Amino acid sequence: MTDLTNLGVAAIRDGVRNGSFTAREVAEGFIANVSAAKALNAFLVETPDHALAAADAADAARAKGETLKPLAGVPIGMKDLFCTKGVTTTAASHILAGFTPPYESTVSANLWDAGAGMLGKLNMDQFAMGSSNETSAFGNVISPWRRNDGGNAALAPGGSSGGSSAAIAARLCPAATGTDTGGSIRQPAAFTGISGIKPTYGRCSRWGTIAFASSLDQAGPMARDVRDCAIMLGAMSGFDAKDATSLDLPVPAWEAGLSSDLKGKRVGIPKEYRVDNMPPEIEALWQQGIDWLKDAGAEIVEVSLPHTKYALPAYYIIAPAEASSNLARYDGVRYGLRDLPEGANLQDMYAATRADGFGDEVKRRIMIGTYVLSAGYYDAYFTQASKIRTLIARDFEQAWAKCDVLLTPTAPSAAFALGEKSADPIAMYLNDVFTVPSSLAGLPAMSVPGGLDHAGLPLGLQIIGKPLDEQGVLNAGLALEERAGFTARAERWW
Amino acid sequence: MSVTIATVTKIASLARIAITKEEAARMAPELDNIMGWIEQLSEVDTTGVAPMTAVIPNHLRLRDDVVNADPLTGGGIRDAVLANAPQAEHGFFTVPKVIE
Repeated sequence: MTDLTNLGVAAIRDGVRNGSFTAREVAEGFIANVSAAKALNAFLVETPDHALAAADAADAARAKGETLKPLAGVPIGMKDLFCTKGVTTTAASHILAGFTPPYESTVSANLWDAGAGMLGKLNMDQFAMGSSNETSAFGNVISPWRRNDGGNAALAPGGSSGGSSAAIAARLCPAATGTDTGGSIRQPAAFTGISGIKPTYGRCSRWGTIAFASSLDQAGPMARDVRDCAIMLGAMSGFDAKDATSLDLPVPAWEAGLSSDLKGKRVGIPKEYRVDNMPPEIEALWQQGIDWLKDAGAEIVEVSLPHTKYALPAYYIIAPAEASSNLARYDGVRYGLRDLPEGANLQDMYAATRADGFGDEVKRRIMIGTYVLSAGYYDAYFTQASKIRTLIARDFEQAWAKCDVLLTPTAPSAAFALGEKSADPIAMYLNDVFTVPSSLAGLPAMSVPGGLDHAGLPLGLQIIGKPLDEQGVLNAGLALEERAGFTARAERWW
Repeated sequence: MSVTIATVTKIASLARIAITKEEAARMAPELDNIMGWIEQLSEVDTTGVAPMTAVIPNHLRLRDDVVNADPLTGGGIRDAVLANAPQAEHGFFTVPKVIE
């Protein structure tokens, strides 16, 4: 029998439906892979019972001749930013040590309602702040990929959804949830040779998702291919009255709408994304992507997004400002860690708890946010950044007059080694140079694998779409996927 | 405008994060570097540009003006609210004494 853990979401769903195998066999296969992959440190909590219960429910429904749910028999990984009832949820931070949510996030509840089971909670950058998964309080996630130079350097799986990307690439789960504030789904997907989509802001409810920067945070799926992303996104999305920014719109049938025929579509190439020092391999892959989309029938047009270079610094005002407000709730009173030094008063307790509980990068961002919001600086920093955000969104609106989607590289490099950039915050921030602008504008965007670099590491291509046009993004992604024929995978060493 | 050790100490106090003098000395150049990089935003002419307030046009809704319109966000769940508290007594969160 074939190894069921080589199957993706659609193949598992279909195989369980037509009786080629049982959901229990699938769940057991992935559970075994998870428990044999401790070296990757992708999971913070393993929940085999949850996965098996969902699998047994799927098998029982089939035995009774019932119509199976959309994700019946599919076990997935859950990023630890989503609150899961009765299962420890920490956002990979010590400050939430031992936090056991008494409720379920809307996105995870939607997935369980669709029949999916949970293999466990996935490691991540602490509070989703990071691009390499090195800020987790529970240790780095190690990418399953290695360079082909025989050096065996431990590589970053990307971040912040690094547990998700590593787990999918290593076949520990066929799909996982991610969240994307400035690129946290797309960059890790690119680093590990998988696909991931951030939908339009408001498609997926933020209720029960631990907040980082509320005007940017958006959940989305990560999986091995475009179809699997479409299936997962369909299950995760939908209006939720508990989130004030949730979009009250029907969820399109994205999987049914998949088509890689791009005749009549115009693909924009933003000239400002040709940044200085872009590695020739990234530039070559970008050109290859242009050729692939032409081959799929699309017309290629050059467009200009003049404020692109200001997106990243604007993001590093807006996101920390929102984070400093959101993370004010961690006070040692209501949940998580409390550090109460001998003889300390209430204020001392707050300060000691937060000093002890937050990691360095989280502190850095809270401090930046506090600074830019403080009296005398608010207008110069926060208001100015919010105005530039308007200009960035306007750039995209003007581009949509000329094209239907944009094609860019996902990240400016392949995966780097752990430790390589962690001493220089700005070098780390620059990883998100191609993903942040679309986050600031709330646009749907996805990364699909395009090829390998000279060291045998995956590189990703990004498609950015108009608001609410996830279908256009998925379809262009599918056209790339069919032509890239990306089948490389990390050789097992763990 | 440079970020000094004194600035860092003040921000840390506003953010309720305890830091030592050594940490403040380490963070000052780091934050100064980041703020220096961010400074380029001041070169953008934003005259007449409104700050973004909603990333995707959306209208604000009002929920029904009734108690427990949604049981998940409603009341009557004191024990669940207190379940994760580091310290809770008699149905309340407890903190160090604040009045002498």
